Amino acid sequence: MGIADLPLVAVAAMLAIGVYGLLFERNLIKIAVAMSVVESGVNLFLVSLGYRQGGTAPIYTMAPEGTPMVLPTPQALTLTSIVIGLATTAFLLSLIVVLYRHYGTLDVREIRRLRG
Amino acid sequence: MTANLAVHAPILVVAVPLLAAFATPLVSRLGEAARKTWLILAVAATFLWVLVLLDRVLNLGPQVYVFGATHPGLALPSGLRFPVRIIFEVDAMSAFMVLSASLVALATAVYSLRFMEGSDGLDKFTSLFLLLLAGMLGMELTGDAFNFFVFLEVSSIAASALVAFWRQEPEPAEAGFKYLLLGTFGALLVLVAVGILYGRYDALNFASLAAQLRVGPVEKLALALLVAALAMKAGAVPLHFVTPDAYSRAPAVVTAILVSVSQASLYGLFRVAFSLYGLNLPSTAVLGWVIIVLGLLSMFVGVTMAIPQHDVKRLMAYHAVSQTGYMLLGVGVGLAVLADPVAFREYGLKAMEGGIFHIINHAMYKGLLFLTAGALFYRTGTEDLNVMGGLAHRMRFTTVCFMIGAAAIAGLPPFNGFASKLLIYESVYRFNPVLAVIAMVVSILTLASFVKVFQSAFLGPELPAYRKVEEVPAGMRVGMGVLAAVVVFFGLFPQLIVNTLVSPAAQALAQQAVYIAQVMGGR
Repeated sequence: MGIADLPLVAVAAMLAIGVYGLLFERNLIKIAVAMSVVESGVNLFLVSLGYRQGGTAPIYTMAPEGTPMVLPTPQALTLTSIVIGLATTAFLLSLIVVLYRHYGTLDVREIRRLRG
Repeated sequence: MTANLAVHAPILVVAVPLLAAFATPLVSRLGEAARKTWLILAVAATFLWVLVLLDRVLNLGPQVYVFGATHPGLALPSGLRFPVRIIFEVDAMSAFMVLSASLVALATAVYSLRFMEGSDGLDKFTSLFLLLLAGMLGMELTGDAFNFFVFLEVSSIAASALVAFWRQEPEPAEAGFKYLLLGTFGALLVLVAVGILYGRYDALNFASLAAQLRVGPVEKLALALLVAALAMKAGAVPLHFVTPDAYSRAPAVVTAILVSVSQASLYGLFRVAFSLYGLNLPSTAVLGWVIIVLGLLSMFVGVTMAIPQHDVKRLMAYHAVSQTGYMLLGVGVGLAVLADPVAFREYGLKAMEGGIFHIINHAMYKGLLFLTAGALFYRTGTEDLNVMGGLAHRMRFTTVCFMIGAAAIAGLPPFNGFASKLLIYESVYRFNPVLAVIAMVVSILTLASFVKVFQSAFLGPELPAYRKVEEVPAGMRVGMGVLAAVVVFFGLFPQLIVNTLVSPAAQALAQQAVYIAQVMGGR
């Protein structure tokens, strides 16, 4: 494992931290933050896929002759994923506002009424 | 002119509801009548384009639509050996799914006009409904893995907002929160799997990936992520727990269409299993059995959880989980014997036909049942079976629709549920008799459950509280009536439906090489 694998280590760490938060956090806002951490980990994973050792930015008209480029497609995927993440985070937070208005608390243990 | 436009049917099926969704806020300013007309016109136009697409697929063969190409059929740009654009690949299986989804959408849209009246924010409801429709239809038409993820997220977000729509009560917001959280997490698992496959093969197109796939440990990890995420989204046990909350707290009109949304994820699961991995797997039997076990668990846990419920929509929600099990069982058996030509020809394909037929049958009768539950709520203000009673006296049309839906879900002749379940019983029995017996027992328990609902809500003396209850408005009756008519028609003429729609769909799903060749050419 070399320095080039460091992004993947960071991805694994972020996913682990985020999933831990989703499973064990009791505060709704922290749960939303944990989801954002998972999303960021996935985005880092995607953009890392396109990395090529010594590669230049994938701008066709400005690339020096014969120089390898990093892949542009993962960057496009990542941008789309970031936008979707923005939408889901905003929506999670707005639902949290609604829940807080109804229950007066952000503690999931007080809020879980739907069972069975 | 029409003939030229028909070439673009695949994209129009998604573009019509998508553009209509974004135009809704403007149209709503023209007034309530304009918004209602807009919703019906948009969904009806979508349904018409689905019919055009279905006609082309059944008569001309699978349709490949390449975004941004000089010609929509140009999958491989000159000089390249792999597709680089987003491609919709519509075969008989895809066309079957969008037919089912858009028909339910049309019936529920008509129903929603009166059912949702009086709620706040109906312009947003209309936008979200159309966005949800675009998302699930897109999932079923696309042949691109990342595009599938995008449509999955679009439908997830729209569905969550609709689940939480009645925000004057706390429970819908709670259900919407859970649905969004699990939906987003599931979508991210799909995205990680897509990233893994892209990293290995530099491709996002399903057919291109399938052509190159060499299944090793990393590919199996991607497969596990995809199966887990899509099975969860489809509502399969053991990851089903969001389904009852969301289905029971969403407005009934939303719940009816959520059934089709979860089926879009089921379609994704089948596409991954057959078209992406399929015969690339060292053994299709292992994945087939995984799907079978998911089916059995869903079937049995769903029905046993349903029986003690006294909230009618929650009870029905658990049955939606249970009925998904039949689809998983039928298609899982087909996958398990896919590599064995003799067994596949003798009963594997038939099992798939049963599972696939059950998809549209379930969408119809379960959609119908949720609409009848909505009708009860509309008139009584409750979903509690311990409070309702004697409603058959005053709500005759709803009673008949409920009886049709209940008989269908229990698998009684001459309704559509009987037709697809019989196909499943016969073919699965030849695979493993124990599995078929379990499926039959679940049907009996389903019948017991719905007899309870019928007795509690409809039978018995007329209650003082409901003496003035009337039948629901005509629009709601039309929505229920359409689905009820389909349930009866499919039950009376099952062979016609199987030969015309189901068998082509099953064969399209099973034939991985054909799916790949549509995009990659003969090579």
